[in-house]
Amino acid sequence: MSMIRFVTADGLPGFLAHLAKDGQRVLVPVEKPANKPSVVFEPWQEGKAFTLAKATVPPKEAVLPQCETLFSFKKAKDPADPARVSLQLEEAPPPPPTVVFACRPCDARGFAVLDRPYLHGPFADPCYKARREALTVITLTCASGCNTCFCHWVGGGPSSPEGSDVLMTAIEGGYVLQAITPRGEACLAASALPDGAEVFPRAEEARKAAWQSLEPAPDLKDAPQRLAALFTDTTFWQEQTDRCLSCGACTYFCPTCYCFNITDEGEGLSEKGGRRLRSWDNCMSSLFTREASGHNPRNAKALRMRNRVSHKFATYPENWGSFSCNGCGRCISNCPVCLDIRAIVLAALEKGADA
Amino acid sequence: MPVLEGKELRIVGFLCNWCSYGGADTAGVARAGQPTDLRIIRVPCSGRIDPLFIVKALLGGADGVLVSGCHPRDCHYAAGNFYARRRLEVLKQFLPVLGIDERRFEYTWVSASEGQRWQQVVTVFTERIHQLGRAPRFDDAEPLLKLADMALTSLRPLGTGQTAALDELKDAIRAKLPELDCVIGWQQGYDAAHTVPLFIRKPEDVDKLVWGPFNVNNPAVYLPSFKGKKVGIVVKGCDSRSVVELLQENLIRREDVTIFALPCEGTLDMARVNEKLGRYQRIDSVSLDEAGATIVADGTEHRFCMTEYAQGKCYGCTTPAAVLADTRLGTPTPVQPGTVVPPELALLDSMSLEERMAFWRGQMERCLRCYACRNACPMCVCRDFCISDSRNPHWMSQEDSPREKLFFQTIHAMHLAGRCTGCGECQRACPVGIPILALRQQIARAVAQLFDGYRPGLDPAAVPPLLGYEVEEKNIHERDWK
Repeated sequence: MSMIRFVTADGLPGFLAHLAKDGQRVLVPVEKPANKPSVVFEPWQEGKAFTLAKATVPPKEAVLPQCETLFSFKKAKDPADPARVSLQLEEAPPPPPTVVFACRPCDARGFAVLDRPYLHGPFADPCYKARREALTVITLTCASGCNTCFCHWVGGGPSSPEGSDVLMTAIEGGYVLQAITPRGEACLAASALPDGAEVFPRAEEARKAAWQSLEPAPDLKDAPQRLAALFTDTTFWQEQTDRCLSCGACTYFCPTCYCFNITDEGEGLSEKGGRRLRSWDNCMSSLFTREASGHNPRNAKALRMRNRVSHKFATYPENWGSFSCNGCGRCISNCPVCLDIRAIVLAALEKGADA
Repeated sequence: MPVLEGKELRIVGFLCNWCSYGGADTAGVARAGQPTDLRIIRVPCSGRIDPLFIVKALLGGADGVLVSGCHPRDCHYAAGNFYARRRLEVLKQFLPVLGIDERRFEYTWVSASEGQRWQQVVTVFTERIHQLGRAPRFDDAEPLLKLADMALTSLRPLGTGQTAALDELKDAIRAKLPELDCVIGWQQGYDAAHTVPLFIRKPEDVDKLVWGPFNVNNPAVYLPSFKGKKVGIVVKGCDSRSVVELLQENLIRREDVTIFALPCEGTLDMARVNEKLGRYQRIDSVSLDEAGATIVADGTEHRFCMTEYAQGKCYGCTTPAAVLADTRLGTPTPVQPGTVVPPELALLDSMSLEERMAFWRGQMERCLRCYACRNACPMCVCRDFCISDSRNPHWMSQEDSPREKLFFQTIHAMHLAGRCTGCGECQRACPVGIPILALRQQIARAVAQLFDGYRPGLDPAAVPPLLGYEVEEKNIHERDWK
């Protein structure tokens, strides 16, 4: 049996302090006060208030920052011979070891989805790899579903261990921590937390209760070919995306969207220098596919949303064998017009069934 | 090391080629002594100066910005400085809401022969900036998060539209539908406590139409995308103002749009509703009465009184009835005279400049640049060709710094000056709840003050104030340079 530890609710700050020692970055969910409060992951510091609520913004940032400097460059003159100019490149410093604390199983599965193209494809992305290898994921299992999430439709669940190093489950009086991977075991072993094998059955009960609270899930196994078959049916996509505003909320709040853009910023090849940045991109933007000629193969929001849904439910499964949607529901809850990816997939299934 | 290092401040000057640049030259030829802090950028005309040049300079670390052009009536291009005068005056009143001291920005008129006047302008302005000292840097501000007070009194009784003539409205739409490409309204969303826009194309779709306090979306945002097609739209009062503003700017044609209107009794602030509902799996029931909504979620009952849970904009709304409509049903409740300062703007009004800068520093940190604010805005009609996406001109970098994000909000706000009808979709759309509507509201307030109470979207024939000028401006006065 895997390593089990127990921590009381009051003991969490102490556990975080232990994780944060030796300069490890511990990302915790923090509630931002506003009339529409949001929860974002931020580095924990002694005394900082945190929450265990599901974050508005997933912790994708831990491995794929919104914007990262790949390297910086500048031109330098040789003082002895000013005509000789050299280009100096400076690599970005290595990423700090990081712990993501209290993300949800859907978030953790997000890391597993990102790993496939970034690590297991023909080329491993070195920046992603460095961050991923320095990452420990401690996941809080969900006690129930919610109105917009649907993890159990797409192969996950309220206590799915995929992508997590440690699973944490709330029971009365505290939390049971269960190591899933050797990294998780090492993390728990190094802590001074007491053994929790005795209370583990209570955690298992809580997990089972969470599973049982879920609404029944539809069968999505035909989704990949049904969506692929609808690729040329523009009327279907137009009907489904009538209300889409073509903003990037669905992609930027998605734990599994991984497209990026690379730009050079700064003064270019001058003595002041510049930086090469990698930043998030999103397929809802016109610029995502606009070509240098000005032609845009995806010139309408319907085609852009078709790409997003098909990628999650058809092309990614074709390449990697599983959906790249984790059913976290953030694209629904954060959408200004509540565009519902579940409804689109179900409509595609229904349409295919009619045919 | 230059002898003046540490003594000089960074002042940027934008000078018109035909007058002020010549004036500065005249001052130089006459050997008139001047402070050396000013760095001059020559522009063809003061009308060429985008207010964003000035904000970009100030956010980027300039301690002061001076704009100088030809005297009014003396513009090389006849009217460039008349337009500039309006824009720059609005900008001056906008800067404080960002936490920037408006005294750090000034504009004036100097002709090519006025070397002496130029000397005086530069000397006085530089002295003023030296008195203010170095500008506080946005990047250095310590984040400050504060909440707006939502306990507001409404100018009219708020309700849930229980007596609205929805059935008659449906009949009217059914009758008109054969002539129209589609009619935009609202339908139930993923559950009974959320609605989403509805596009009625077939007679059977009409039955999906709903009316009530959950109809938060502004359907006018879709109108420009139906250009050239006949389209119907169901509007609340605030939505109708967006339609009128689009007409004012010739972005849609009156003959293409059929407006259906019911009097609005207020809409719910879904952010606060969702917050109170918390995490739930299913809605058991939603019942509406005159005073509010009762929502039962997972067996727990939640009560939402309209007086407590309406959107911030609804309390001060003076147009519950559509300002323009083809089919108008029902009678709106009367509105009491008076004004309600919108909650987020009131919060900013109560803060010092330093606090405001710290506030935006704290708020913008969590922005993901998803641009939901931009795309939900019915007045953002550039769509796929937004200037913030452009590499040339390169207004925005891809960097994710709070300053860059605030600058985008400034672009949005400045481009809405004299156009924003205050529908609040930008703020409602923001997934992380940044109170960005306040920036637009500050501009709207400045526009109303400067242009005799002008409010966008009330009269289809009115020219938006920043698209026009008066030779003698009633409320904009030349400043004294003594």
